[in-house]
Formats: sequence, structure tokens, C-alpha cells
Amino acid sequence: MWEFIEDRRVQILTNAWNHAYLVILAILFATVIAIALAMIVTRLPKLEPAANAVSAVGLTIPSFALIGLLLPFTGLGAPTALLAVTFYAVLPILRNAVVGLAGVDPNLVESARGMGMSELASMFRIRLPLAWPVILAGIRISMQMSMGIAAIAAYVLGPGLGVGIFIGLAQIGGKNAVNEALVGTLGIVLIALVLDVLLLALGRVTTSKGIRV
Amino acid sequence: MDATTSTSSESDLGEKGRAQDASAAISGAEIRLEDVTKRYPGQNTAAVDGLNLTIPAGEIVMFVGPSGCGKTTSLKMINRLIEPTSGTIMIGDNDVRKQSADELRRHVGYVIQGGSLFPHMTVAKNIAIVPKLLGWESDRIARRVDELLDMVNLDPSKYRGRHPRELSGGQQQRVGVARGLAADPPVVLMDEPFGAVDPITRQRLQDELLSIQRTLRKTIVCVTHDIDEAIKLGDRILILQEGAQVAQYDTPENVLASPSNDFVSDFVGSGSSLKQLSLARVSELEIQSPTTGRVGESSAQAIERARSAGDDSLVILDDRDRPAAWVWLRQIKGEQLHERERENLSTLDHRATLNDALDTMLTSTHGGAIVTGDNDRYLGVVDFSAVVDRMRVMQTEAQDRAASAVTAESRPEDEHDPDAPMEDREPSDV
Repeated sequence: MWEFIEDRRVQILTNAWNHAYLVILAILFATVIAIALAMIVTRLPKLEPAANAVSAVGLTIPSFALIGLLLPFTGLGAPTALLAVTFYAVLPILRNAVVGLAGVDPNLVESARGMGMSELASMFRIRLPLAWPVILAGIRISMQMSMGIAAIAAYVLGPGLGVGIFIGLAQIGGKNAVNEALVGTLGIVLIALVLDVLLLALGRVTTSKGIRV
Repeated sequence: MDATTSTSSESDLGEKGRAQDASAAISGAEIRLEDVTKRYPGQNTAAVDGLNLTIPAGEIVMFVGPSGCGKTTSLKMINRLIEPTSGTIMIGDNDVRKQSADELRRHVGYVIQGGSLFPHMTVAKNIAIVPKLLGWESDRIARRVDELLDMVNLDPSKYRGRHPRELSGGQQQRVGVARGLAADPPVVLMDEPFGAVDPITRQRLQDELLSIQRTLRKTIVCVTHDIDEAIKLGDRILILQEGAQVAQYDTPENVLASPSNDFVSDFVGSGSSLKQLSLARVSELEIQSPTTGRVGESSAQAIERARSAGDDSLVILDDRDRPAAWVWLRQIKGEQLHERERENLSTLDHRATLNDALDTMLTSTHGGAIVTGDNDRYLGVVDFSAVVDRMRVMQTEAQDRAASAVTAESRPEDEHDPDAPMEDREPSDV
């Protein structure tokens, strides 16, 4: 197996980089979308059951099926992969963001409004920073999940380590089939661990000292 | 500095304090509520029903009443956290509904229970919120933050960079008050400001508020459920019944002496002569002047001075005449006098009530308490016997009053209707 890795070092590294890039990009988009949606839900609490339903039901859609459904619209390639991964990545972040934003002590929000902070300012300067640790926990879950979904997105010629897994599956019984699949899988686990550590570090830096646990 | 000069400088300070007191300009604005009503949809009775009220500029008015009487609703309508259904609220010459709610609130201080500090911001950032919203320059904000921390007796260099969770409950509440005063608003609204702290801290915070108010003369509207707090802090007390109906609106003395109806007399418990302890102030007591020393002064000299005056303890003042420590002579160590932890110091504002005085003395190791005036300047010391003497005088006065009342009642024309005098009393200034 070591030989296998030596031989295809460049290819594997490129795939690993693409995989990480796809996931990071999807998480970035998903975080922005989820927080925006959660802010709307916080403003209009009637929408909360709907948001919770979407984030629960959404996760039950098999990723294979969703990718298949997207194909006619977005075709083969990276955009479809990004779209699918982003869709799933939004869900855990949305759930945590709704809970986190709603969980901020109403007295603090009223205090902010009572001092003349606009609704938008109190959302960004009070609610969001206070809910941030909870949202970040959602982002971490989302990141782990997206790693696996990004692998499946290789089916529609998406970039990343999933390519190796699919080659392995296609050539089952072949000389390098196990190596291909194994390298892809282990690579994904490795990237997931590295990105999780990076997220923890990000959390440290972006969470106020006053609310750090 | 020898003993004689120190006493003379104290009396100078006393005069300065009074002069300042008299000249302190009112920086508050009058608040007028005209026929203000708040009706929530789906409820038959109005939460606040046609409230009319004038709050004079520069006074502290306490809203008290049982829970659900509409006192908090009335307060929150002043800064439009709750929009009135009808009626007019004026602050000075401005109708609060003629400007944007955010703009209005930036010019009305707001202090709520526990301080409600934002845990993710430092003390300095918490205080700076309104000045920042008003677009002050950062130098000016930094100066103002330090000034306010100093005003609420927190050392700026020590506390400005801390987060709220690194502060005690009392310190958080102090920062809350500083935040409410940050942009120097003419009107400050307080909602149960000292509800979340222990009794001793609460009393100290109340004293500090009174001391600050003497220099600032804001218009302060404060909601409380604690009648003793209302009596102590209020220039006037507004007692509300359900639907924010005014039961009585008057000075604490009048509310206690002549409650307008049974509701008020039950609520304030005016029958109990112990309530009178909340009316009498420390300034009415005989204040003693034990030997004082200065921070940085030679210990030996100070001890020598105290011994010759026959004192076994020494009050140490800092460079701004604030009490820094109260120590037994045998406790003094080192070449020079120095400060102790001020948190442990038993101080009383001279406007504190006898109730507070007794509380403070119970926890003091000296069986007495240090009395401070404006800006926490040292005035002297009161001891337990001074309080007891004063209580005895008050009791005699009360008995005399009761005796003369009995003679009045025994007149034949009053005998058939003992309730009549009660009903005759009109709530004044409503």
C-alpha cells in the first residue's frame, strides 16, 4: 500500500486538497445561509417549527438521491457537488443557530434595545456573539457530515477523495481496488480530524473571553 | 499633619460638601404622563388605565405596588419598550412618540435588575455602548468610562478590562448604573435595580445612588416592590393598585404619616413604628469624630495622636478624603498607613436610614459605622448607642403624637365615625 501511495502521491494530495476545499467552501456558504435563516426565524418565531422540520426531514433524504435529482439541473461536475454538500451542511448549523439565538437571555436583548440599539445591531452585537459557541458546535457537526457527503459527490464527477473510493468500487477484485478505496477513506478521516482541530482553534479565537467555558 | 489641622480641614470639607450640594444644578428633565393607557389585545382590563402623573425634574420617584399592578409597564412606556395604546408622555418639552424609539432611548438611561451586563463585552465596552451609538470619539469615550467607574467606586485601571463574570453581583450592578449614566441622560429609568444582591450590598448601592444623585440631580424613575427601598430612595413615592390606579403619590413622610386609604396603609405597613427607622436618616444622629490619619502618613505619629485623644482605633482617609480603612491601633503594621480592602469597610452614606445603620453595625467589627457625605467624603463615625438614643427620642415623639390624637378623638363630634379623618385626607400632588 505504501508503494501505491508513493506512486500516486501527487494525485492523492490533489484529491485531498480538492476534498478539503469543497467541504470548506460548502461550510462557509452553509454557515452564512443558516445564520441568515436562523435570524429570520428568531425575528418571526412562528417559523421555528418549519425550520426544525426542514432541518430534521432534510437529513433523511439520501445524499445519493439528492445528487441524482440535481443532475438534470446542474449537470456533472463540481457545482453539483458543492450544491449538494452545502444543502446538507446547512441543516445542523441551522438547527443549532435557531436554538442558540433564541436561547440568549431576553433580558439582555431588552437591555440592548432599551439603550437604543437597533434591532439589527442587537442581533449582530448581542445575540450572535452570545449564540456563537452553540452555532460553532453545529458547524463542527456539519463539517464531519460534509466529509462523507463530499465523498459521494464524486459520483457526479465532483472533486475530492471520493474519486478513489468509486474507482475502488468499480474495479472490485482488481489489483489496486482495496488500496484506492482505503486511501480515499483514510484520507477523508485524516482531513476531518485536521479541520476539526482548526475549527476548535477558530472557536477559541472568535469566542469572547467573557463567555468561554 | 497634626490633630488640630486635620479637624479643621474636615470642617472645611463639610462646608464645601454642603456648598456643592446646594449649587448642584438639576440636570434632569420633567416627565409628564397624560392619560396614558396600555391595553393588551385579548384582555378585558387595561394593564395601565388612564395614568396621569408629573415627575418633577431632578427628583427620584419610586413606583411601588403589588406584582401585576402595572408599575413596570408604566416605566417601560416612558422609553417605549412598551408602546402606550393611548395618551401622551412628555420628557421635558418632547413628546416621546414624536421621535424614533432608538433615538429616544439613547437619551434615556436604562438600568435593570442585576445590571444585565453583556457577558461577552468588557466592563469598559459595556459602559461605552450608548456613547458609541451616539458617535462619540474614542478618547472621549475612554475618559467617560474611567470617570463613571470612579463615580461608582470601582478602580478604572483594575476593572475596565474585566468581563462581567469576573465581578461580584454588587460590582456588576455598579457597572449597570454606570452604563445607564454613560451618555449623561437627563432621565434614568431603573427597573428593580438592586433586586438581585444581598441586603448589605443593596444598602451600599442605594447609598451610592443617593450620593451620585446629589451631584447629578437627574430625574430618576425607579420600580421596586420593596417599600423600604422606596421610602429610602424616593423624593416621592407612587403607590399603584391594579390597572396602575394611583393609590397615593406623595413624599415618603406623608405616605407613612397619612396613608390615603386602607390599601396604602396595608401596603406600607405604616402602623409599625419600626418603619419610622426607614424615615430617619443617619444625618440626624450625633456623629463622632475619632482620630483620623492619611494614607502614606507615618504610622507612629498617627498612633501617638490617637492614643493622646484616647482612641483605640483610627480611621484612615485617602487623598480624596474617602475612608480607606478603619483599624484598631494594635493592627497597624509598617512604617506608613495604607489602604485595606474597601469592600470590608462598614460605611454609611449620611442619607442612609437608621434601618441601614443597624444592619451595617451588626456586621462591623467596631460596633459602629463610618458616615460619608457627597462623593464618599468622610464625615465621622456613628455608634450603636447613637441609634438607640435617636430611636428613644422618636418613640417619645410618637407617643406624644398618639396622646394628642387620643385627646382629639375623645371630642364628642368625632366619636361616631372613626373612619372619617382617613377619608378626608386627599392624596396630594396627583
